[in-house]
Amino acid sequence: MLGPALRSSFPVAPPAAQFPSDCFPATVRVGRSCSPPAPPASVREAPPLVRCGSRACLWLRPRAAGAGPHWQRHGTRGLWGQQHRGWATSLLWASIPASVKRGRERSFRAVPPDIDKQYVGFATLPNQVHRKSVKKGFDFTLMVAGESGLGKSTLVHSLFLTDLYKDRKLLSAEERISQTVEILKHTVDIEEKGVKLKLTIVDTPGFGDAVNNSECWKPITDYVDQQFEQYFRDESGLNRKNIQDNRVHCCLYFISPFGHGLRPVDVGFMKALHEKVNIVPLIAKADCLVPSEIRKLKERIREEIDKFGIHVYQFPECDSDEDEDFKQQDRELKESAPFAVIGSNTVVEAKGQRVRGRLYPWGIVEVENQAHCDFVKLRNMLIRTHMHDLKDVTCDVHYENYRAHCIQQMTSKLTQDSRMESPIPILPLPTPDAETEKLIRMKDEELRRMQEMLQKMKQQMQDQ
Amino acid sequence: MDPLRQSPSPCSSRPSSPKTPPCEMHGYVGIEDVLDQLKIKAMKMGFEFNIMVVGQSGLGKSTMVSTLFKSKVWKCTLPGLGMPIPQTLQLKSVTHVIEEKGVKLKLTVTDTPGFGDQINNDKCWDPILGYINEQYERYLQEEILITRQRHIPDTRVHCCVYFVPPTGHCLRPLDIELLQRLCRTVNVVPVIARADSLTLEEREAFRRRIQHNLRTHCIEVYPQKCFDEDINDRILNSKIRDRIPFAVVGSDQEYLVNGRCVLGRKTKWGIIEVENMAHCEFLLLRDLLIRSHLQDLKDITHNVHYENYRVCRLNESHVLPRGPCWVNLAPTPPGPPVAPGPSKVCRQAREDSDDDEDDY
Repeated sequence: MLGPALRSSFPVAPPAAQFPSDCFPATVRVGRSCSPPAPPASVREAPPLVRCGSRACLWLRPRAAGAGPHWQRHGTRGLWGQQHRGWATSLLWASIPASVKRGRERSFRAVPPDIDKQYVGFATLPNQVHRKSVKKGFDFTLMVAGESGLGKSTLVHSLFLTDLYKDRKLLSAEERISQTVEILKHTVDIEEKGVKLKLTIVDTPGFGDAVNNSECWKPITDYVDQQFEQYFRDESGLNRKNIQDNRVHCCLYFISPFGHGLRPVDVGFMKALHEKVNIVPLIAKADCLVPSEIRKLKERIREEIDKFGIHVYQFPECDSDEDEDFKQQDRELKESAPFAVIGSNTVVEAKGQRVRGRLYPWGIVEVENQAHCDFVKLRNMLIRTHMHDLKDVTCDVHYENYRAHCIQQMTSKLTQDSRMESPIPILPLPTPDAETEKLIRMKDEELRRMQEMLQKMKQQMQDQ
Repeated sequence: MDPLRQSPSPCSSRPSSPKTPPCEMHGYVGIEDVLDQLKIKAMKMGFEFNIMVVGQSGLGKSTMVSTLFKSKVWKCTLPGLGMPIPQTLQLKSVTHVIEEKGVKLKLTVTDTPGFGDQINNDKCWDPILGYINEQYERYLQEEILITRQRHIPDTRVHCCVYFVPPTGHCLRPLDIELLQRLCRTVNVVPVIARADSLTLEEREAFRRRIQHNLRTHCIEVYPQKCFDEDINDRILNSKIRDRIPFAVVGSDQEYLVNGRCVLGRKTKWGIIEVENMAHCEFLLLRDLLIRSHLQDLKDITHNVHYENYRVCRLNESHVLPRGPCWVNLAPTPPGPPVAPGPSKVCRQAREDSDDDEDDY
C-alpha cells in the first residue's frame, strides 16, 4: 500500500465543484439548480459558509441559503448537465483543519474554483449511494408485544402518525377466553420528502391474555423463525432479484407500569426472543407514575434484566471524534433505557398550541414533551438515529446465527441419514478437522523457522 | 464496535402492496434521517473499487490509470527496450487506499501486460476471463460459508476499461472477439487510446464506426440500455452512450499553460491538455467512472454479472433447492463456465439497431 506517499499528493486546500463553462462542447447543456439562489461565479462574491445543521452532514452551505429540507441544501452539477438539486457545495467540514474548527469562528469563505481540478472526485460517492437509496426506499418491520390494554396501538399511531387500526373490534372477556395468540401484519407505505419507507407492523393480540399463559410466546417465536427461514431460502435460491425482507427488525415490548418490575411472563418472553430479534423494552402508560416512581421502576427493570441474563438491544458506542453534545445525547439515551412512554391519538390545546396529548382534569400530558415522557427519545432512536443499526444487527447477528444453526442441522441430518437419496454430491465442509489443522500448524512452524534462517543468512551477508 | 456489514441488497424496486391503505400524515416523522445514517455508515466503512485495464502494450494504460487517480499507481514504469515481451498474458494487480475529503477508497487496479502482443492471439482472453471468474468464485465461496464475515471483501472486477488502438478505421477482429466475451461477464467501457493522433473529425468518424460495429455484433457496453431504471437515468445514459467510446489522452506530467498548472503532453506544435474538454474527453471518462457512476458499476456487477455467474455454478452443481437441503458446490471447473449468454440483451440490441437511424 502506497498510503503516505499517495496521501501527500493531495493538496489540503478545499475546492469548489464548478467547472468553467467555456470548456464544455456546445451540445452539452449545463443544468441549473431550480432553487434560489444560484451559486456565485467568482470568488469575491462568494457568501460566507456555515456548517449544515444536520448532524450527519459533512458539508457546508452558504449561510444565506437558509434551512429547508436537507436534500435541498446541497448538490453537485455533473458534466452531462444532470441536475442535482440544491446549490453547488464548496467545502467539506472534514477538510477544515482542526485548529480552525475548535475556534469560535464558524463561518468560512469559499475558495477559487480551479482547485477542484486537483481532486480525483470520489468524495461524491456517499451522494451516489444516497441517490440510489432515495430511489429504492427503505423497509422496516416492527413488532409490538405486550398485554392488551397497554397502549400498543396508540403508541404505534403516535410514532408513525398513521392509524392502522381504524376498524378494530375489541373482544369481550368471553371471546378472549378461547383466543390464542395471533400474529397480525399491517403494512403501510410512508413517503416523506421524497424518501419512501415501507413499514410493517406485526401485532400480537392475545399475548398474555389467557388464564394459562405458559408458552404463549411460541407463536411469536415461530413467526420470527419462519421469516428467517423464508429469507434464507430466497437468499440461497437461484433468482435473487426481488427478495422480500420480512424479517423482524425490532420488537417493542411493553411492560406494565402497575407491577414492581418484570413479571414472569415478561421474563419468559424476553428470554425466548432475545437471541432472535432486537428487543427494546418500554414502560407503557407512564402517565400513571410520578417521576420518582418511574426512576425506581427503571432501575428495578434494569437490574432484573441483568439478573436474568436477557440481551436487550444495546445502543452502539459513539465514535471518539464526535462532538460533545452528541456524546451527551448518547449518554442520556443509554441512561433512560427502558423508555417510559405515553401514546396519544388525540390532539389537545395546551398553552395556545395544538399538541398531541391526553387531557386530564389535573392537567394535560404532552406526548412530545421530554419532561413528561420518553416518547421523543424513543422516536428519535427508532427512526432518526438507529433504524439502520437495528436492521444491521438483525442481518448480521440474528439472521447469521439462525443461518449457521440451520445449515449445521441440515448437514448433520444428511450425513446421519445415509439411506436418503441426496441429489447433491456430499463434499467435506470447508472447516478443516483437527488432524488437518495440526498438519497446517506444523507446516507453518517449519516455514517460520526457514524464514528466520534466511533472515539470519541475509544479515550475515550484509555484515560482511 | 465491529465494522458494519455492507449489504447491497439484491432486491430492486419493490411493488407496493395493493392493499396498503393511503395514510394521512399529520406532522413529521423524520424518515429522511435514515439516509444520513446510511451515509455515516458508508463513510466509516469506506468504499472499494476494482478496475481492470485491457489493451495492447504501448496504448497508455498505466499512464491513464495514473492520470485518473492522480498518483503513481504503479511503482515501476514500463519495461525498457531490452526486456522481452512476456510470452503469456500475466495479470498484475495493485491495491491502494486513497482518501479524499474524509472518504476512503480502496482501489485495486489490474493490468494485463502482454495482451494481444503475440503473433497468434488465439485464446488470449482466457486468462482475463479466468481472472474475473476467479474473483466471482472467491466471493461465492465466502458467501456460502456457514459462518460468514460481516463484510465480504469484494475483489470482483467492477469495471473493465478496454483501450482501442487509434487506427481510425474500425474495430479489429481481436477487439470484437474480446468485447463479445467480456461484455457478458463484466462492465466494459471502451475508450479510444492515444487520441492525440486523431483530429476531431477523424475522431467522430471513428467513434461512429465503432458504435456501428458494436451494434452489429450485439456488444452491450456500459451503460447497458437494459439496466436503465427510470426516465432520468435513460436520458443521462443515452447522452453517455452517444459519446462512447471516449477519445482519451493520458499524462502524468505537468506544464504551465496561461498561468495554470495542467497535466498534458508537450509537443512542438502545442500542449495537449488532458483536462481540457476541447482537447480530449478524459474528463468525461473520469466523471463516468468515479464521480457519477461508480456506485452504479458496483451495483450492476453485484446484481447482474455476479448473479449470472452464481446461477451458472449452482446449475452445474445440479442443485435446485427442493426442500431443506444445503448447497455443496461442485469443484471449480478448469475453464470459464459457459454463461447462459444474455440472449435477451442481444435481442434487444438488434431491435434497437433497427430503430436507430443510420448516422452517416
